[in-house]
Amino acid sequence: MSFISSLEKSLQTSRFTITGELTPPKSASIEDVLDGARLIKNDVVATNVTDNPTSRVVMSTLATCHLIEKQTGLETIYQITCRDRNRLALQSDILAANALGIKNILVLTGDHITMGDHPEAKPVFDLDSVQLLWTIKRMQEEGVDLAGKKLKTPPKLFVGAAVNPGLNPIEPEIIRLEKKVEMGAKFAQSQCLYDPSVLEKFMDQISHLHIKILVGITPLLSAGMAKWMITNCPGVIIPEEMIKRLKEAEDKVKEGIKMIVEMVSEVATMKIAGIHVMVPERPDLVAETVRAIKASGVV
Amino acid sequence: MIMTEKKPIEEIKESLKDSKKVFIIGCGTCATLSQTGGEEQVKEMAKLLSDKEIVGTLVPETPCDKRTLKRDLRPASASLKAADAILVLSCGAGIQTVVELTEKLALPGLNTKFIGMVEHIGKFYQRCLACGDCILDETGGICPITRCPKGLLNGPCAGHMNEKCEVDREKDCAWVLIYKRMKTLGQLDKFRAFRKPRNHQISTPPQQIVWSSAK
Repeated sequence: MSFISSLEKSLQTSRFTITGELTPPKSASIEDVLDGARLIKNDVVATNVTDNPTSRVVMSTLATCHLIEKQTGLETIYQITCRDRNRLALQSDILAANALGIKNILVLTGDHITMGDHPEAKPVFDLDSVQLLWTIKRMQEEGVDLAGKKLKTPPKLFVGAAVNPGLNPIEPEIIRLEKKVEMGAKFAQSQCLYDPSVLEKFMDQISHLHIKILVGITPLLSAGMAKWMITNCPGVIIPEEMIKRLKEAEDKVKEGIKMIVEMVSEVATMKIAGIHVMVPERPDLVAETVRAIKASGVV
Repeated sequence: MIMTEKKPIEEIKESLKDSKKVFIIGCGTCATLSQTGGEEQVKEMAKLLSDKEIVGTLVPETPCDKRTLKRDLRPASASLKAADAILVLSCGAGIQTVVELTEKLALPGLNTKFIGMVEHIGKFYQRCLACGDCILDETGGICPITRCPKGLLNGPCAGHMNEKCEVDREKDCAWVLIYKRMKTLGQLDKFRAFRKPRNHQISTPPQQIVWSSAK
């Protein structure tokens, strides 16, 4: 059996898959992010590369993915959002991704423009994430663009999406995931999880769907961070006990990672495909978290 | 209703700085209802422009209707002729109708905000984006193109919190509203339907409607 990417291979053949996340540099030089990529290279199967995260300008995701792969050998997951590009630009970038050797794509609607530091910019959202998945499906399976025009060489990417198990109400999110699966999403990475019971319930609700779930993991680095996330991150539910432990801990980062290891040992028994580890701007902590999880023998 | 808001007076004064004689036109329909261009606001504006000579004021019933505006402007033609500028307290459509009927400098006194619903005076909410292809039959009568800042067509993004929108936590998530309404209506099967990308060609400006019988 042939696989499009190492990520697909891992999801199909390994018991547990771990992906990481890197942010492109706010710089015209790729060097800074390459150090991060080298740091996590042996810890993850592939790394997401974000797309102007929280609506702030960084280097193009496409170029960053390509340069990371070329210069470090780490496989990337090209995050593409609908915020900054219309359907023409999105399709041409997808063709370019394939030509540049990128093998995985994660399709997102994207944070709104007003969430970032260019709030006066024009939000595009010509497509939403479901429509972009549909677009990629047509490009890959039918070999045509949205105008129905033939592509000489259709792209061949391993396609994923995002999901947020902690939303309330949850039913619209499940229906949206159903649409994403129908439109070709083979894996989904989730919002950060801290409460295993949230995931347990969610996995039950989506048991009818053929999709590999990578659970979002971000170690809490302080009680303040936990409180900030509860207030500002949709669907993030953090048990009171975790905040208490962080408050009391001497080494909060170590405690945060320890709590993640404990939680992963609990969720590893559910029907998940693995975890997706994100620590914005801190690839060293991505590596440290993954190493702690692996060392504990829970996965 | 077309909702309007008053421009800051400094901005109006700046735009009128080279005009000594000013004629003020209001709007007897939308701007009267939103209390931005009715009789009272026209009088108020005349007072605020005390350093100008106000050569006349008029609140036509519908300044965006060329036929009635033409009729309403006729009795004021002498004072309009004397004016250096016409300040119009109406939506952009009203101002541009004035422009088509006179060669005078016509200036906006209001900002046109949206097509909306009046809950009561002082509470106005956008409800329609005039997209040209109404889908309210598919979305429980709640417009996601207008009320979702991303204009999503396939359900909510993952940014809603306490049923409020990612962009403004004071505002309801349109898609949660749609979901709840359609669930109540027994239309969740419709909610599940995949909606293809919108055709933006049908709303490319400038739009016009010209009946073949009216050519």
